[in-house]
Amino acid sequence: MSKRTVEYEVSRTPELGMDFRPRSGPVLPTELEEPDFRSENMLINIGPQHPATHGVLRLVLELDGETVVRCIPHIGYLHSSFEKLGEYRDWNQIVPLTDRMDYLAPLIYNCAFVMAVEKMMGVEVTERCKVVRVICMELDRIFSHLLWLGTWAIDVGAFTPFLYAFQERERVYQLHDQYVGARITTSATRVGGMLADLPEGWTDGVREFANTLPRTLDEVDTLLTNNGIHAGRTQGVGVISGEDAINSGFSGPNLRASGVPYDVRKDRPYYDYETYDFEVPIGEHGDCYDRYLVRMEEMRQSCHLLHQALDRLPEGPINVDDPRVVLPSKTDCMNDMESMIHHFKLVMEGVKSPPGESYFPVEGSKGELGMYVVSDGGSKPVRWRVRPPSFVNLSVIPKLVEGGLLADVIVVNASLDIVLGEIDR
Amino acid sequence: MSGDARETGAVGDVAHPSVVAVQERFGDAVLRQEVVAGDEHIVYVDPPRVLEILKWLKEDLDHLYDYLSDVTAVDYGGGRPIQVVYQLFSITHRRALRVKAELPLSGLEIDSVVPLWDAANWLEREVYDMFGVVFRGHPDLRRILMPERYAEGHPLRKDFPLRGRFSRAEQTRRALSQEPEDYYIPEEFDTGREPQIVHWQESGGGVESATDPRRGGGPVGGEESRAERAGDTRGNEDAREDEPDRHDVPRQTDQDR
Repeated sequence: MSKRTVEYEVSRTPELGMDFRPRSGPVLPTELEEPDFRSENMLINIGPQHPATHGVLRLVLELDGETVVRCIPHIGYLHSSFEKLGEYRDWNQIVPLTDRMDYLAPLIYNCAFVMAVEKMMGVEVTERCKVVRVICMELDRIFSHLLWLGTWAIDVGAFTPFLYAFQERERVYQLHDQYVGARITTSATRVGGMLADLPEGWTDGVREFANTLPRTLDEVDTLLTNNGIHAGRTQGVGVISGEDAINSGFSGPNLRASGVPYDVRKDRPYYDYETYDFEVPIGEHGDCYDRYLVRMEEMRQSCHLLHQALDRLPEGPINVDDPRVVLPSKTDCMNDMESMIHHFKLVMEGVKSPPGESYFPVEGSKGELGMYVVSDGGSKPVRWRVRPPSFVNLSVIPKLVEGGLLADVIVVNASLDIVLGEIDR
Repeated sequence: MSGDARETGAVGDVAHPSVVAVQERFGDAVLRQEVVAGDEHIVYVDPPRVLEILKWLKEDLDHLYDYLSDVTAVDYGGGRPIQVVYQLFSITHRRALRVKAELPLSGLEIDSVVPLWDAANWLEREVYDMFGVVFRGHPDLRRILMPERYAEGHPLRKDFPLRGRFSRAEQTRRALSQEPEDYYIPEEFDTGREPQIVHWQESGGGVESATDPRRGGGPVGGEESRAERAGDTRGNEDAREDEPDRHDVPRQTDQDR
């Protein structure tokens, strides 16, 4: 569809074919008429507490033998009404809520939220801050995909990649820890900048990570990509066409696996993503195997992006020089009265936003993550809405599993890469 | 934004081709337009014609808004209308457009866009659950995040207190009297039911038992609370017609914080 993207060569194992399904029924004497085994459909319930549902998702399945006739997902078990809570907090206080939504890629959520608020307020962050946020977001894209890789491998029956993936994730945890002092609940951003400048040596750690991750990915590649069991388990399972995928609101790697090259970083660029050199991998069959390939390639592209961002990381202040949003320095506060008053007002009243609204989509690890903020001029939002990528991706699951086998439900669910914290919010 | 909406056309941005086209084609149905945050274009449309306008925007070759990013709603409080917000994106033309329809609190009904986009299915269910907006023609309009029998109303409305309408004791009582089996029955598959609209101060049993000091306390056993719950629902049905203006009534529940 577009010149910017390259068709990712999908290596397929031809001997397995697209349709690796048992065709024959039970072996019966041929001269006898096949007895009618059909009876009532069975109703089974998976979850909400089940390791393969990746959280508190409940699926009610109506089965005819092993074939899924209907699938009804139930969500809301983790509902904590973050959006309502946000209406009672000022803009900076919402940041900690955002990383509790998707605890698998907290920095992306932190960044996306403040980017929406800054756009609404008309605050332009510094060049250094932009690049730092790009580094944070790409780092957490890998962070989230690694967790998906591990759980995906377990769900299709391979244990080793899980250990490899979590070994790599541990290094990202440590990078989080070095920068913000927390491993998961990062809360790294503030309106107008970051909570602090990068600590010394942190960029070297990121570079080291980006250098060595591809080696691990290669190892996982040899374990899974051309593995006959893995391919047979996932090829032709949970297929959705590009057109249906767009209509269903699919986004992120799931949409691209169906051959639609829609990537928010390319199509609605923010933070100079148009000046970075990276490719958007797309699949062609829209099945679970293609979703796997797309995510694997995305991790490599993110490593590539990390290198570019680290190379261009400019010197200079990380916080914008705008007294409306940024606290004065501690030295100023201790030395002159105006700064002290300013500090007090910003902390006690919160950052004030002019009336307005903004919808800011970013490419999250799961898909299009949109933050919609509405202000009426106060320091608290009138409405803070998260366009949840996993929520919309999960809503397609009945379409993907109905008509398939019960065992494929787990594979399809794993291939969608959902996180219930964000679905239920 | 209803108060200080910038009536535009005059804002110094490049005119959005779809905004111009939709105004030309639908004339009166486009109530006003607005540019926010520099480059985000909003079109306010007449609620009864929203389906028609969105269908045209989706299918017209010059616009092709084939990707529905989001459906949500905004309640500004103070009796102002609730806005239903559609975030559209055209993958072909790489253009975004926001369409809004303002619904008065007395008539929270709008056509569903599920016939156009499957993506709207859960998004509209969420708007219904959180704001009580009824989407006509939705195939399966049920609550999605809150429990099916949640009786306190629609949480993201401004008249909904942060900690809920019932007292903590009442909330605990209800939580403990839930019957897990109720949620594992074949009626799961009865989709397309009548939406449950909660007129909260009329849901007699719940509020009364919350204000009643004799019963506010601990959990109540299974049978009794089941009967009570059935009573609640009936009370709901009966009271649905009268009491037209339910939004200005002050809260009657005691909040034992």
